[in-house]
Amino acid sequence: MADVTHDAAAAAHEEAHPPHVQHHFENAAQQFDASKFGMWVFLVTEILFFSGLFCAYAVYRRTHPHIFELGQYFLDVKWGAINTVVLITSSFTMALGVWCAQRSYQRGLVWCLSLTLLGAAAFMGIKAIEYTDKIMHGKVWGAGFNPVYHHEGPEGSHAAAAGDADAEHGDAAHGAPASSGDHASVAEAATPPAAHDAAPTEEKTQSADPAASTDGAAAAPKIERSKLAPPPPGPRGVVLEAIEPETDPKLTREEKEAAAYAEARRRKDAHIFLGIYFAMTGLHGIHVLAGMVVIAWLLKGALQGRYHSDYYTPVDVVGLYWHVVDLIWIYLFPLLYLIS
Amino acid sequence: MMSHETESNYSPPPPGSQPSVGHEVPWTTLAATAVALLILTWITVAVAQVHLGEFNLWVALIIATIKASLVCLYFMHLRYDRPFNRIAWVAGFAFVALFIGLTLTDVVSYQDTVYRPTDTEYAPARERAISSNVQPE
Repeated sequence: MADVTHDAAAAAHEEAHPPHVQHHFENAAQQFDASKFGMWVFLVTEILFFSGLFCAYAVYRRTHPHIFELGQYFLDVKWGAINTVVLITSSFTMALGVWCAQRSYQRGLVWCLSLTLLGAAAFMGIKAIEYTDKIMHGKVWGAGFNPVYHHEGPEGSHAAAAGDADAEHGDAAHGAPASSGDHASVAEAATPPAAHDAAPTEEKTQSADPAASTDGAAAAPKIERSKLAPPPPGPRGVVLEAIEPETDPKLTREEKEAAAYAEARRRKDAHIFLGIYFAMTGLHGIHVLAGMVVIAWLLKGALQGRYHSDYYTPVDVVGLYWHVVDLIWIYLFPLLYLIS
Repeated sequence: MMSHETESNYSPPPPGSQPSVGHEVPWTTLAATAVALLILTWITVAVAQVHLGEFNLWVALIIATIKASLVCLYFMHLRYDRPFNRIAWVAGFAFVALFIGLTLTDVVSYQDTVYRPTDTEYAPARERAISSNVQPE
């Protein structure tokens, strides 16, 4: 007797709502709409979140355009482009995963989520490569800013340190104006990052323009001193606009790079570009990591068969989040990597 | 969420079913969008190699906006979604434009009054601060 009534009650409950519809919603459609709208509002807040950094970028690009032109020599377009392709592909696999969930293709969904996770991991791996290269070679913001142009030195930071000593001797007659002052002033700037051991303090105070004779390796190109001499100071004692590496067509790529590095070391504000770079890509990277955690959770649910044509909302909304992460990178890539 | 698994009459739909809520975007549309995005990425990188001066930034941003629109409309299926979600999304970008636009007009307006101390002017104060370990005002 008890069984009959219990089954009847369960059946009535079943009529009222299927198991995936929560009690505070009228029906599955209303739950779906509410969940989607909630996610869209959250994504709007994410866009506004990033817009603060984009605003900082815009302001600095307007008031210090030169450091962005110099900054392009610190970044490698190749990695940025590969990351863009990786992220677009992972966005595609995520959208495909949503489609699989909508059509109750559980195996397809598992595959798509796994591929998306793989793409995200590849993205973070490439980010790690880029960040390591920068931190090891002093391309960081604040007091750690010590980029030394070296043409494939045998050991990165060691060659840089050796190059500093070499350059100091070579540039004794060159008389670069108060470049040691640069490092004292950038030391007043933001706190140095954890790994700025690429350039010990002693090297910084005695380093001058590294220019051509950086690492002791023979591969460094010979650059005429006259091409890299900073222009004479203007009426207020210093020239903020200096040699434009791009405008002299006779300089080779290496010469332009060396000149850009020299110019960046001479200026007080060149490190701000790297500060902006690390802040924007770092925040984006944190979002990618958070996305990976959530997609892994989705994968677990997909393996348990929780998502199907009647209930795929979590897959859908996480997909929306992942596309926003891709969207932000679509804007970051040209703004940071494709300045010319 | 309450567990109904033990005595549930509900069984999930079989593979190949149509979604009962929302709108399905065909996978061919998704694939075409992905290909378009990759082509646009290639175009962005290619155009960046050509020196157009001022225009480089704007061309890059325009192509990025086209890519973003494709992602929004098709990957995020905004095209088939409720209009209110579209309004909310676009409103976010409108506020971002307001934010950056007004900030830029403000910053630009006083640029010629900004005093940029030079190396020679700064150096004595900096030397004193460093050598005597005195906090500059």
